[in-house]
Amino acid sequence: MKPAYFEYVRAESAEHAVQTLASAGGDGKVIAGGQSLMPMMNFRLVKPSVLVDINRIPGLDAVQIRGDKLVLGALVRHRMTATDALIAEHIPVLHHAMKHVAHLTVRNRGTFCGSVCHADPAAEMPMMSLLLNGVVRIVSPRGARALAAQEFFVGSLVTALEPDELVTEIEIDKLLPDTGWGFEEFARRHGDYALAAVAVTMRWREGLASNVRIGMMGVGEMPMRAPQIEAMLEGREINSTTIREAIDALRAELEPNSDLNASADYRRHLAGVLARRAITDAWARAEKGAAA
Amino acid sequence: MNERTEITVSVNGLSYTRRIEPRMLLTDFLRHELGLTGTHVGCEHGVCGACTVLLDGRSARSCLMLAVQTDGADIETVEGQGTVENLGRIQQAFRDHHGLQCGFCTPGFVMTIADMLRHHNLDNDEEIREALSGNICRCTGYEHIVNAVRELAKERGALK
Repeated sequence: MKPAYFEYVRAESAEHAVQTLASAGGDGKVIAGGQSLMPMMNFRLVKPSVLVDINRIPGLDAVQIRGDKLVLGALVRHRMTATDALIAEHIPVLHHAMKHVAHLTVRNRGTFCGSVCHADPAAEMPMMSLLLNGVVRIVSPRGARALAAQEFFVGSLVTALEPDELVTEIEIDKLLPDTGWGFEEFARRHGDYALAAVAVTMRWREGLASNVRIGMMGVGEMPMRAPQIEAMLEGREINSTTIREAIDALRAELEPNSDLNASADYRRHLAGVLARRAITDAWARAEKGAAA
Repeated sequence: MNERTEITVSVNGLSYTRRIEPRMLLTDFLRHELGLTGTHVGCEHGVCGACTVLLDGRSARSCLMLAVQTDGADIETVEGQGTVENLGRIQQAFRDHHGLQCGFCTPGFVMTIADMLRHHNLDNDEEIREALSGNICRCTGYEHIVNAVRELAKERGALK
């Protein structure tokens, strides 16, 4: 298995990268960590005429705070996301999610932004960017633009990114220190793509849940938020009754695919189990956070 | 289309300059251009871990890297770990604990463990198994490999 012929360009800057993409006439591809792209090129599922390597562009490998947001540059590797002190402090749910991302060797190369751009419906980073109200910052020869994660994901492995565009960074919400979180994932083997995962954050306000967010993956064509379920729990006490109502509503709403890994019914049931655990954990942490 | 590009890399401390096609995988570069056939080719799509090498001190799948990307990099392969006459420490631990049978996956395990011993906690079996989880072995059932790493991690602890 060998990739097909391509022209290789080592981009010196984001401008250089997008100019090269533009002159490739829609047939260029960006490589960062390459942990999803290279398998597809080895299988010749993807045959770009020009491969733009952004690995040596300076300044894209930082994790930084910008106001109430945290910003991850296009070359922030999964290993950096997993070990970064700012992320561990401000977004513990993301810190925890990293344990489920592939294997340590793959984390050495793969990037947060690359995973979002690959948009696998069963990958953690697209879901986390949705959960954390991600904003994708994009440049092209036509200028710069920003897209909410909600608008960025268009379908399974499909995003709103144009062929001459490069994602330079993604902004995600920092969470308030008293935010509780839960993260539950099920995969057949550690590091495999998940059959389903659920991430939840919420705060405890005088005995009631607030700022409830629920992200899910592996249960549809795209990672998703569950706004109806979020609204059901918002402003209510989280107990076995409210959780039961939320899980029933969630299962009624989900339309997962059947594939060789699991049937739609199985995934629907699994998503409910994972959501119940994640909501329970998030509530317990929120209560503790409010008491602290 | 298939213009060649010159790259210079350090492999196990020796410098090599070659002209290669940009589409050449690092695995094939090591094996075919440099004759370093210790790096094995398994699945060629990043699943099995047999082709793992160290790139600037961190483990990487060499089947998911283009050789052209490694221009100027410092690469370590299993050949840098030891020789048949003089096994490296990780190789010796595999031998002592019967951590291999057919040996096909072993170079990848050895290089993965080289990274993990430098950079990761290996304080209990759970951490050891997580560190090994990206490498597939179809002979040993992993128990003997875990035993080998447990001993290596203990030695490392003694050095700390």
